[in-house]
Amino acid sequence: MGQDSSKEMKVAKLCNGTVIDHIPSDKLFKVISLLGLEHFSNQVTFGYNLESKKISKKAIIKISDRFLQPEEVNKVALIAPKAKIVIIRDYEVAEKIQLELPDEICGDVKCLNPKCITNNEPMKTRFIAINKAKGLFMCHYCERAVSTEEMLLKE
Amino acid sequence: MVSTKSLVSISQYDKEKILSILDRAAQFEQNPNQKILEGKVVATLFFEPSTRTRLSFETAANRLGARVIGFCDASTSSTTKGETLKDTITIVSNYADVIVMRHFIEGAARYASEISKVPIINAGDGANQHPTQTLLDLYSIKKTQGRLDNLKVAMVGDLKYGRTVHSLINAMSHFNPTFKFISPKVLEIPSSYKLFCDEKGIKYEETSELNEEAIADADILYMTRVQKERFTDLFEYEKVKNVYVLTNKLLEGTKDNLKILHPLPRVGEIADEVDENPKAYYFQQAQNGLYARQAVICDLLGV
Repeated sequence: MGQDSSKEMKVAKLCNGTVIDHIPSDKLFKVISLLGLEHFSNQVTFGYNLESKKISKKAIIKISDRFLQPEEVNKVALIAPKAKIVIIRDYEVAEKIQLELPDEICGDVKCLNPKCITNNEPMKTRFIAINKAKGLFMCHYCERAVSTEEMLLKE
Repeated sequence: MVSTKSLVSISQYDKEKILSILDRAAQFEQNPNQKILEGKVVATLFFEPSTRTRLSFETAANRLGARVIGFCDASTSSTTKGETLKDTITIVSNYADVIVMRHFIEGAARYASEISKVPIINAGDGANQHPTQTLLDLYSIKKTQGRLDNLKVAMVGDLKYGRTVHSLINAMSHFNPTFKFISPKVLEIPSSYKLFCDEKGIKYEETSELNEEAIADADILYMTRVQKERFTDLFEYEKVKNVYVLTNKLLEGTKDNLKILHPLPRVGEIADEVDENPKAYYFQQAQNGLYARQAVICDLLGV
């Protein structure tokens, strides 16, 4: 953590809250949208295009005074499976959340099939994991398979 | 979400359920006119026209004494006024005891089954599912072969887009089949179905040649139409549309028990001369749909 934490400090050191680190830079705004951070009233800071040894350019998000639950952040695994989530309490790492693809995704992802009912009715989409190791999901309605790489987030 | 029994996809039926539906269908074949649904209302909502399937369902309902309501073309329904499927299904489920629906939109039947207070029977949702077609295919196979187990099934034509082929692979997987997939390269069986066969330990072979050798050991020859509407490049369609034409000569070396099935309509893949061949079974196959649909309607109504 030594070197990494000094880089995190370039953004802002967090007293209490959640840190989402090692987000590929080009995925940052997708993560913000997926977690609905634009609607948070807490202080949220983020860094963009930071140097990283693991990935070419990384981004980081720090959310003050909010402790996200695994089921809230698991959606991040869809677009940034290597992201690291840590819960900070009193400036110390209190917990590391291991990201895992969710069993089901409701409402966040658009079905790629234009003939799917979810693209033709005002309704929520629903995807069921069929092979988590391969990142494969199936639309609950039109039954087309989609990989996490192909997934499009709903606007 | 409303919880009720519906038939949306063949994959929701296990082996026992399939066999019980086929047994019931056999009883209806013995006696198709039974007034056991008197007082019941069957709605047939055909957002996409399909004369053959609609008449089959409506005949099934009528022969059981039910009354039929519905429409055969979405242009005559409120859909053209912009009504959502949710509203249409909610209203109709106030009137009918069971809803048979065909829709050009994929997943429409699944969604309807989550809204409806009464059972939904999927009579085709775009390129997705058409489970009663699969049941009549199975019924035809069982009736002509005397069993479903350990059969060699050759599937010919559009194996990429053909939903009947995909559903039949799924349903036959309970009965230890051996498949031969015969298709042009551009229409070959999707890898997900090969993976499915591998996982289930089902043997299969692939070839792009429809010749005497390819079908010599088949018990069932399942022909399909190459669907023009699936091609974005019509040049590609022209190249493959007449690749496979089944003739009496091709059938000369085949097994005596072989039967030829086709979900119909056909356009040219079976020569007219084959209609008179005792191995041709596609017209009787369509008739079997009546009994399979009678069995499904009764099953969902708990009769």
